[in-house]
Order: sequence, then C-alpha cells, then structure tokens
Amino acid sequence: MNVVVCGKVIPASSVTIEIDSNTKRMVRKGVPHELDPAAASAVEEALRLTEKHGGTVILVTMGISDATIGIRNALAMGATSAVHILDEAVAGSDTLGTAKILAAAIKKQPFDLVICATESSDSYSGIVPGQIAYFLGVPPVTFAKEISVAGSTIIIKRQSESGYDLIECALPALVAVSSGINEPRYPQLKGIMAAKKKEIKVYTAADLGLAPDQVGENGAREKVLTVGRPAKRQAGKVVTDEGDGGKQIADFLAEIKVI
Amino acid sequence: MDFNMTPEQQQIRAEIKRVCKEFPDAYWREIDSKKEYPDAFVRKLSELGWLAALIPEEFGGTGLGITEASIILEEINHSGGVATACHAQMYTMGTLLRHGNEEQKKRYLPKIAAGELRLQAFGVTEPDSGSETTKLQTTAVRRGDKYLINGQKIFISRVLQSDLMLLLARTTPYEEVKDKTRGLSVFIVDLKENQGKLEVKPLDLMINHHTNQLFFDNVEVPIENLVGEEGLGFRYIIDGWNAERILVAAEAVGDGRWFIERAAKYASERIVFGRAIGSNQGIQFPIAQAYAQIEAADLVRYQAATKFDRQEKCGAEANMAKLLASEAAWAAANACLTTHGGYGFATEYDVERKFRETRLLTIAPVSNNLVLAYLGQHVLGMPKSY
Repeated sequence: MNVVVCGKVIPASSVTIEIDSNTKRMVRKGVPHELDPAAASAVEEALRLTEKHGGTVILVTMGISDATIGIRNALAMGATSAVHILDEAVAGSDTLGTAKILAAAIKKQPFDLVICATESSDSYSGIVPGQIAYFLGVPPVTFAKEISVAGSTIIIKRQSESGYDLIECALPALVAVSSGINEPRYPQLKGIMAAKKKEIKVYTAADLGLAPDQVGENGAREKVLTVGRPAKRQAGKVVTDEGDGGKQIADFLAEIKVI
Repeated sequence: MDFNMTPEQQQIRAEIKRVCKEFPDAYWREIDSKKEYPDAFVRKLSELGWLAALIPEEFGGTGLGITEASIILEEINHSGGVATACHAQMYTMGTLLRHGNEEQKKRYLPKIAAGELRLQAFGVTEPDSGSETTKLQTTAVRRGDKYLINGQKIFISRVLQSDLMLLLARTTPYEEVKDKTRGLSVFIVDLKENQGKLEVKPLDLMINHHTNQLFFDNVEVPIENLVGEEGLGFRYIIDGWNAERILVAAEAVGDGRWFIERAAKYASERIVFGRAIGSNQGIQFPIAQAYAQIEAADLVRYQAATKFDRQEKCGAEANMAKLLASEAAWAAANACLTTHGGYGFATEYDVERKFRETRLLTIAPVSNNLVLAYLGQHVLGMPKSY
C-alpha cells in the first residue's frame, strides 16, 4: 500500500511568530523550522501502516527552502522520499490554492492512501484536507484516531464528541488524523544519515501544470484584510467571602446561565 | 573558511535537543541527589544509535566524524544533562578500533554499536601515577595463554556500569625499558568474568560520575584480549587523547551555554531595588564576558575537530580547545552562580549541580596546567617545565 503524507514544515515551537505588516503573512524566512508535530503524527501513521502492509511513504510539502530540515526529519523517520513544492509563485496561496497545488503534486505519486494532519500547528485552518480530497476525487475521512487496513478498504475510528464512529472506506482515500493518534518516533542516527541519500523531488507550480493566475496571491480568492491581537480579557470578578461567598458564586453562575 | 554547520549537523543538534527534552532538569537532579546512573537516558541514546556515531558502518555504527560526535555531547550538556555518563561509550572503543585486530573488532564493535555491550571504563590512573602515566605500576604478567593482572587503579569511572574495561598495565618493568614510554600494554578486561578477583570500591566525590578505586588480585585476561602489540600501550593511549580533548571541549561549551542562558534569563527576570538585576553592569558584564569566552573557545573546538576529521595534526588545537572551553565554562559557571545569589546554591535551580560538574573539566581528562606545559614545550619550543 503506497501512502502519501501531506505535511507542513513550520517555524519551530521556540520561535515567536511575527506577522509581516505589508503582506499580512507569517514571517517564515530566516527562522528555524521543524516538521509540524501534527505532520510527524501523519508520517508515523503512514510508516506503521507500510511496515505492516508494505509499500512506500512519500511526504509532499509546500514551503520555502528552510523547509528542508523538516523534510529531512520525515525522511530520517523512515519516509521513502519527498516532494517539495518550492516556488516563489505559490507564496500567498489561500487554502484552496494550496490544496490545488498539493493535489497536483500528489497525482504525480503512486498512492492508495493520503494521510494529512487534521490541521497544521501554525495556521490551523483545518480545511485543506477536504479540499485536497475534492481535487483528487477521493473520499475524505477526518478526525481519525485509528486506521486499520483490510484488503482494499480501510477502517477508521473517527473521533466524535461522545466516542467514535467506525467508518469503512474504499481505497484510494484521504484520511486526516487527529493529534494524539500516535507518538511519533525519534529518528535514529542511522535514519538521519540514510535520509541524506533519499530523493527530494522539487516542483514549481509550472511543473505541476498550474498557471501563475491559479496559484499564490494572484490565484487566491481569500484575502487577509487585517491581522490583530485578540482583545484583552476583561478583569474577573473578585468574590470576597463574608459568609455569603458561596451564594455570590451561585448567583453569578446562574446569571451567566451555567446553572 | 565556512562557519556554517552542514544540514546533517544541524539536524543532529536538533534531534539531540529533542531527545534531551524527555530528560529535563528534574531527571538529572534526582539522579544526582541519589547518586544513581542515568540508565534510562543512556539506554535511550543507545537505542537511537547516538552512541555509535564514531563506530564505522561496517561494524554497525554510522562512521561519523569527531565534529558530529562533539555536537552530540555538547547538546547533552547544553540541555542540562551530563554527557560524561555516556561519552566513554562513544570513544573508548577508539583504541580498539585503531589498534585491535580484526577478530577483536568483529567480536566487540557491533555489540558496542548496538548498545548490547557497554565499554565505558578505561583503567589508566593509579594512586602514585596521575599525570605521569609512564610510572604506573599495575602489572600484567604472562602465564601460558593468559595474563595475570595485579595492582590498583584510582578514579576509574563507570566500572559497575560497564561490561568491558580497557586497561593499561605494565608488561615490562620500568627499570628494564630504555624508552620509558614502552613497557605498557592495553587489555580488554571482561568485567563479568572477573568478579571476586577485581574489587571495585566506589569513591564518594563531589560529582556523580560513578568513580571507583580498583584492586586487581590475579585478574585473568586471555592473551587474545591484548590490544595491538605488547609494550606499545602508552602510544595507543596517546592516540586517543586528541579525540577526547575535542569532545570534552564540546561538553564544556555545552555547559557554558547552559550557564549563560540561565544567567541571562534570571538576570532579566529577577527584580531587586525596583529593576531587573541584569540592568546592573556588575551582573551583566561577567555574563557577557563569559559568553564571548565560550564563543571564542567554540571556534578553536571546531578548528580542532575539523583538522581531526581531515586527519591533520591537531594536538595543539585539541589541547587549546579543551583549555579555553573548560575555563570559559568555569567563568560562565561563576557568573551564573553569582547572578543567582543564594538561589544558586539551592539544588532546585540546578546551578550548583552544573557548577560542580563543570569544575571537573579544568582538571580532567588532563589538568589545564599540563595543557599549558604541552603548549609551552611542544608548540612554542620552550624548555620542559615539569
């Protein structure tokens, strides 16, 4: 079973995120990067499936050249090869544009299953997996907390508020995994060294048959108008207990309709 | 001249940082207070292959250079850990690799690479021969197909946490050798096979390095465990010194960075007389000074490591790296302790633990005075000073 993992390389967790006031985009260039922990879980799940059932794991990512370190991380974990969409023209793509580009790259790879994280840990839109599935013409199954394979179908435990749904789905398909589906492995030193020899294919939008007006800021239908900090929280209410503290709290909770 | 790390070196650093996060300050603090061995940490590094970095691929390692190995150890100390707990597993095998025969290498190296065998004890120092190694008195006398070892060693670390120990012992009496560097030989001692004949007496020291005094009473070593030629052991030991000095320099740099970061953070947060104490030059400047010292020492460390990996002569650079890095780390340790004031003495701040640890690096594996003597005599051509 061949698996493509769609994962993002994002500014490292130690980086304080800054927004470029002109482009309204996150400043990515020149800051340390790492494989998104959510993507690492997707890679881990793909590795576990292929270790059991055979096949390849190909990481597909879109990002600036700083993303290489994260790509190497996925390769060091055990991914077979990687695809890096590296093109100034794709900067500023909205989610739909991103999905269009990723789907075009995925179509060039052998795949039975595409695994994504539910959402990336830097921008959290959470809608790209569904859009990729649309462009690939495969069913999307989201919030997976467990994946198992039975012949040409997969069985997914889909996290719900009260428990989980059991979903059977024919391959090819796309699965978005929940964070916490697994504990991603640490790369072994040998894996890190082996990763040096693994292939990283680099594509531009043109290589994927996408015209300049279909991708990047030119192709974006969403536009970020402004970026701001969340409003400061109101000061809390201090309850001084002079024998009626409990009542005051109960009245307050009733007032906001908690009780 | 390129001061940038390769992508692999960056990745090694990032990965070690990530592994070390699993072993936070509290882990090391508890290990230190109970005088335990950080077994879980060493096991984890072994499983992931980090301690086999220097073992060639044909023997199951990754065959990396001393530069990469030094980055691994630096990051362990930089994270607040103690690389000495495992650094010997990384490089003690070097003597075996360089001077052992094929049979010995095939027998031991793959198991050391896999972490199945621990070779992290090296018996050299004796009560009456510290820096003057050629005066050591422990004897190895050939009897048929074995050597019988008698004598004592001191300051030998991790004997109880090892399966194997390398041992330097005298095979020809001192008086009988013309060249005083001859007459010593290196042996592989199987510690599990010699229980009862080898007494291991733990020493109570200010650092938690599992250091012992050893008493040999007719310890038997088969002749096939002689490494290289009989009588050339001192030469073999010297061959490993540059590597060791570079690695220890990197550990000191790691300690130094830890002290600087903790000191700078505390100095910026601690408010006294209405302002952060770091706004006082008396606090700020020693930290900045130590930072500059660490950065300078680090450059010499990389110079030494690069030359070592290119198989160029690097005795001077390796010694200078160890000297400069250990002193820079000590300056950083003092600045950090002073910055923390009384809290620096509280174990929960970890400063006192690292302070004790880093002090050792100016003394071991070679005293900085002997490094200066080496530089004076062998690099600058002045008369022997000792």
